[in-house]
Amino acid sequence: MIKTDALIIGAGPTGLFTAHQLKLIGLNCEIVDNLDKIGGQCIELYPDKPIYDIPAVPECTGEELTKNLIKQLKPFDIRFHLSERVDEVKKDNDNWQVKTNKGTEFYTPNIIIAGGVGSFEPRKFSPKECEKFENKSIFYSIKDKTVFKGKTVSIFGGGDSALDWAIELSKDSKVNLIHRRDEFRGAQATVDKMNELVKSNKINLFTKYQLKSVSGKESLESIEIQHDNKETKNLKTDHVLGFFGLIMQLGPIANWGLNIDKKTITVDTEKFETNQKGIYAVGDICTYPGKLKLILSGFHEGALAARACFKLARPNEKYRFEFTTSSKSIKNRLGVKE
Amino acid sequence: MPKITYIEHQGKSHTIDVSNGLSVMEGAVQNNIPGIDADCGGSMACATCHVYVKEEWFNKLPKKEDGEEDMLDMAFEPKKNSRLSCQIMVTDDLDGLIVNLPEKQV
Repeated sequence: MIKTDALIIGAGPTGLFTAHQLKLIGLNCEIVDNLDKIGGQCIELYPDKPIYDIPAVPECTGEELTKNLIKQLKPFDIRFHLSERVDEVKKDNDNWQVKTNKGTEFYTPNIIIAGGVGSFEPRKFSPKECEKFENKSIFYSIKDKTVFKGKTVSIFGGGDSALDWAIELSKDSKVNLIHRRDEFRGAQATVDKMNELVKSNKINLFTKYQLKSVSGKESLESIEIQHDNKETKNLKTDHVLGFFGLIMQLGPIANWGLNIDKKTITVDTEKFETNQKGIYAVGDICTYPGKLKLILSGFHEGALAARACFKLARPNEKYRFEFTTSSKSIKNRLGVKE
Repeated sequence: MPKITYIEHQGKSHTIDVSNGLSVMEGAVQNNIPGIDADCGGSMACATCHVYVKEEWFNKLPKKEDGEEDMLDMAFEPKKNSRLSCQIMVTDDLDGLIVNLPEKQV
């Protein structure tokens, strides 16, 4: 069990800056995020899109913002627990016992939820029968590509993941690539490569088709795909892969006894504390009168929640407000030499 | 004010006044119409404000911008007449617009 002054859920911009604020005032913290990388929505949804309303940064992309926030955390030693989702939160006297889906356990007086709109999960196929074959014949990500060797694989999607895997798997498998329209949003070079493989019959391409149904007893046997004009085709296939990006779901947060209003958590505007003592919510996931879903609001909220954490993490010490320009102790923490 | 009608997947219909300048998504969210999630808040990054627009109205709407079609690839059961409601801005010309909501957004 890891003991820490504060546990941050979510490694997006708000979570990262909140970590910075905690470390600056001398508290330690750990960060958990369900994505396999740091940056939250900035990195997953709009890494290349420019943002124009970060104070003193006229223009930067989601990826640049993330890189700079990570750089700002460089003086500090912060442990990230990526690809992990916090599942359980239980009260234990003045502390919280926290457990992730991978079994990591934390013991902390403070939990700061900086979870955006929830954790990112893969978007799934709509036909209900697909659930039965999930992680057996139907996958939304690939961990071990050797299972597809010599098999027939039907890949759905029009982005880079779908195209990259279609190209890669076409070396050792029979590949069907199915997409709902003629255009692909993957990189041009990848689209060109895929088209070459279609010409040389290494990939069977079906455009304007979507998955209609799947069938099989123990294991998947075939799928039915339907064209825009309602015509259907039956394809024998061993495996199905779906690459429709990720969706955000509130997930287990809903079960922690917090006041939730339309997928957001109600907080006060002094500490950004929820109805549970020692649990705070900051960034897009929190709500209060006048809330703006801006990155800059998340920074402010994180700074205040960090100060509130001090009281619970150091009950016998008094928190003193200091500026980074003048405080010796802050400069020490930052490793700045005078 | 233009009237916009939202029809839930099960057929329940909601007709509300939406101010010019708001998006069809914002009209739904501000009036608590179930079935439009709008997780990303209108930045065309999530496809959870997906609606179907009948042909007669679909052709009257301003064309999709680049990026909307890409996001619709990820929507739940996209069709030819799919749109992201955050990208449809309400004007007097849209008075009477009817949008159908999909079975679910994710």
